[in-house]
Amino acid sequence: MTKVSLTVNGKPVARDVAGGTLLSEFLREDLRLTGTHIGCDTSQCGACVVHVNGKAVKACTTLAASLEGADVTTIEGLANGGLHPMQEAFKEHHGLQCGFCTPGMIMSGVDMVTRYKAEGRELTQEAIRHELEGNICRCTGYHNIVKAVEDAASKM
Amino acid sequence: MTTGIGARVKRREDKRFITGKGKYTDDVRTENQAYAAFVRSPVAHANVKSIDKSAALEMDGVIDVLDGHQLTGDGIGNIICGWAVTSKDGSPMNMGAWSALATQKVRYVGDAVAVVIAETQQLARLAAEAVDVEYEELPVVAFADKALKDGAPQIHEEAPGNLIYDWEIGDAAKADAGLAEAVHVTEMEITNNRLSPNPMEPRSAVATYDEAEDHYTLYTTSQNPHVARLVLSAFYNVAPEHKLRVIAPDVGGGFGAKIYIYPEEITCLWASMKTNRSVKWTADRSEAFVTDAHGRDHISTAKMGFDADGRITGFKVDTIANLGAYMSLFSSSVPTYLYATLLSGQYDIQNLHANVRAVYTNTVPVDAYRGAGRPEACYLVERMMETAARELGMKPAELRAKNFIREFPHETPVIMTYDSGDFDANLAQAEEAADVNGFPARREEAAKRGKLRGLGYSCYIEACGIAPSAAVGGLGAGVGLWESAEVRVNPVGTIEILTGSHSHGQGHETTFAQIVAERFDQPIENISIVHGDTDKVQFGMGTYGSRSGAVGMSAIVKAMDKVEAKVRKIAAHQLEASEDDIVIEGGEVKVAGTDKALGWHEIGLAAYTAHNLPPDMEPGLKESAFYDPSNFTFPAGTYICEVEVDPDTGTTEIVQFTASDDFGTIINPMIVEGQVHGGIAQGVGQAMLEQVIYDEDGQLITGSYMDYTMPRAADLPNFSVHHASTVCPGNPLGMKGCGEAGAIGSPPAVINAITDAIGNNDLAMPATPQNVWRAYQAASAKQAAE
Ligand code: FES
Ligand code: FES
Repeated sequence: MTKVSLTVNGKPVARDVAGGTLLSEFLREDLRLTGTHIGCDTSQCGACVVHVNGKAVKACTTLAASLEGADVTTIEGLANGGLHPMQEAFKEHHGLQCGFCTPGMIMSGVDMVTRYKAEGRELTQEAIRHELEGNICRCTGYHNIVKAVEDAASKM
Repeated sequence: MTTGIGARVKRREDKRFITGKGKYTDDVRTENQAYAAFVRSPVAHANVKSIDKSAALEMDGVIDVLDGHQLTGDGIGNIICGWAVTSKDGSPMNMGAWSALATQKVRYVGDAVAVVIAETQQLARLAAEAVDVEYEELPVVAFADKALKDGAPQIHEEAPGNLIYDWEIGDAAKADAGLAEAVHVTEMEITNNRLSPNPMEPRSAVATYDEAEDHYTLYTTSQNPHVARLVLSAFYNVAPEHKLRVIAPDVGGGFGAKIYIYPEEITCLWASMKTNRSVKWTADRSEAFVTDAHGRDHISTAKMGFDADGRITGFKVDTIANLGAYMSLFSSSVPTYLYATLLSGQYDIQNLHANVRAVYTNTVPVDAYRGAGRPEACYLVERMMETAARELGMKPAELRAKNFIREFPHETPVIMTYDSGDFDANLAQAEEAADVNGFPARREEAAKRGKLRGLGYSCYIEACGIAPSAAVGGLGAGVGLWESAEVRVNPVGTIEILTGSHSHGQGHETTFAQIVAERFDQPIENISIVHGDTDKVQFGMGTYGSRSGAVGMSAIVKAMDKVEAKVRKIAAHQLEASEDDIVIEGGEVKVAGTDKALGWHEIGLAAYTAHNLPPDMEPGLKESAFYDPSNFTFPAGTYICEVEVDPDTGTTEIVQFTASDDFGTIINPMIVEGQVHGGIAQGVGQAMLEQVIYDEDGQLITGSYMDYTMPRAADLPNFSVHHASTVCPGNPLGMKGCGEAGAIGSPPAVINAITDAIGNNDLAMPATPQNVWRAYQAASAKQAAE
């Protein structure tokens, strides 16, 4: 067991965790933040994407014990009250059906918009599709997800 | 009204999903939670000689290790297929026994032999590895055609030669005669590739036994919780129905894979009683690949004859369908009544015959996957039509139009009665939207860039909302295929709709509320939809086969009819008017042409206070209905795909995908378009990317997302989706269904486009760069030789 202290959705958290505990398990089982989903076991689907120190990471391939002092944001903590523009855009453009991939899609979406803005690059539809490489959705065919990310980018 | 029928109402269920507050089965954790892990066969076919549990049982945190002998010893019944298909010689289908935990024999890689119950999921999985099972390996057959060969390994005693049934439909003699008189016969061998449905949420179950009440609760990833309860109770003897509550909370996609009642749910319920613990199991993706029923997997040969004018004179199909190692719940119906009955396509074919042999192999069971049989039929018919057009030197659209059915009702030789449609309208709409006229110029431009551009059509028809119950019963179905609904108007006038349909992405909380908002002219916020819990909803058949609209919503309409009749009576009584003069308008119940009116809430209150009701009227305002449709519905349409192939690499890009669908009445176009997008994506996945691969030993080669290629955003284009609708005469709202069309119609459009580009009709799905490159090389070599 390792003691780890970190910030999750703005709140300090300190827990003893086993060395092999994945961030996804830690969030879902220890903190009961079940908005972070597990869709695969090969780090391919992106249902588990959260932000660590402002960057998108796959929680299923991150060890909780490695996050001493880190700042973690999950889908539950993305908006400070109300909805984040990315969340609004997913609803507005029907960017979700079953909702299972959605938390990961939204977290990846926010990450890519932030990165492109910081780098001063234009986030085209083609770029969005390319950036969604690590997120699988089986329901929507991506058409409306791409529209949602594009729209949110104009509002963030 | 902005929230009624036809409005693009934003989804009411979205908020919980976009904020991470959805509640899926794996999110459920009960108080005395224990975890299950299954011990699964690593080999495809073997006798189970012994199971040594001792090492696992000694491990810390292990509560118990249970096996199939204990399970069957407790009277848990075998898993069954609920649709009895009769062979053409009159004999019943040959169904082999399937125990939730194998006792004597394992028949595919992943077949469960034991279950470990432990304090944590990790411990359970570790202990499962410590269970020592001794297998005596047997010869394996993993492919359907090989399973039928003389001397093939025998998988079930009950099915000699691995043949489950040898079934036919249509008239063989007429089809032969039709082919004999043809001036041209197109002949093809067509494989429909095996797929894994892959809803993003893996299957999961949380089973809790309450000893004091002798009662079970099961949270599960199901498309049809009532069917699950019925089957678990009536056939598997897990618990009587009144002692079993099944809850399917938020479910992360289904696509067919979550219709069936699998060994895992049965075992978790039983293990919860055995251990007196709540037992939870959630598949990881690798486990999903070897336990979720697969789809498709047909091998067919087909002959289609044409007269000098291009009219179809005869059509004959011979299909082998792989059903895997055991017969899953609806497996038998998929390659028969959901497949061969659609082989007439959109065409007037008088002479048609299909023969289907279903076989066992040492692979995961195969059952319905989005479209279920209809994609296989559509792919066959539409590849035949396109290929025939090329052979005849006709335009693909022209050959199709020559054979279109234009009068309805139309009875096909394969027992369907198409009730409505305007195939010309869909074809014209799609051709215009796809700018087919501009294609030659685009092809030329692409050629200048060294690219091969191709255009492919698919004119699909499918059948939804399987019905009526008596008719499907006559065809062997073990269940009725109606739907139920309850409409509760509360004393304050708010409305709750309880439905037997289940939403796992389809947006019922929005669309179902829309039809109620429109009917009673009430704000949509005042309407809630309740589904997915057998303790709340009286009964229901669930959601699959695009049935929620045509069947589920029709049940709601029927219950609303009853509510409205009572509302009229109450209003007429209180306003001293004739029932016939009462209208529901502007949120009020009025006497037409006067200013006499009652608020909707006043009617609710009157019904429940019962102070002033018509004599003999019962208090309350709540009605239920069971709706059994009179026929299938027949969504149809035209899809046109345009591709560019890089001849050097075989890489194919879909540059344009156009759909024109006839879904009948559309309640919410936004949601319908979403269904089409998702369906097309799965169809493109089948056409270009996805394939379940087994080796000769029955080992699954494509057991993770590293090997099974799921369509990703960059693989797909934006879709151009249009509607040209005719009203379905068979149900009160005129709906046809939209959930599967995309997956049914798109694969042949994609392959027809690629084969057009490369000039070779011989191309199998999935059209990977390698397959496309080889086919192009073959065509080029042939051309050079000529
Ligand atoms: S669960 Fe993390 S990538 Fe799939
Ligand atoms: S909305 Fe269901 S997987 Fe994306």
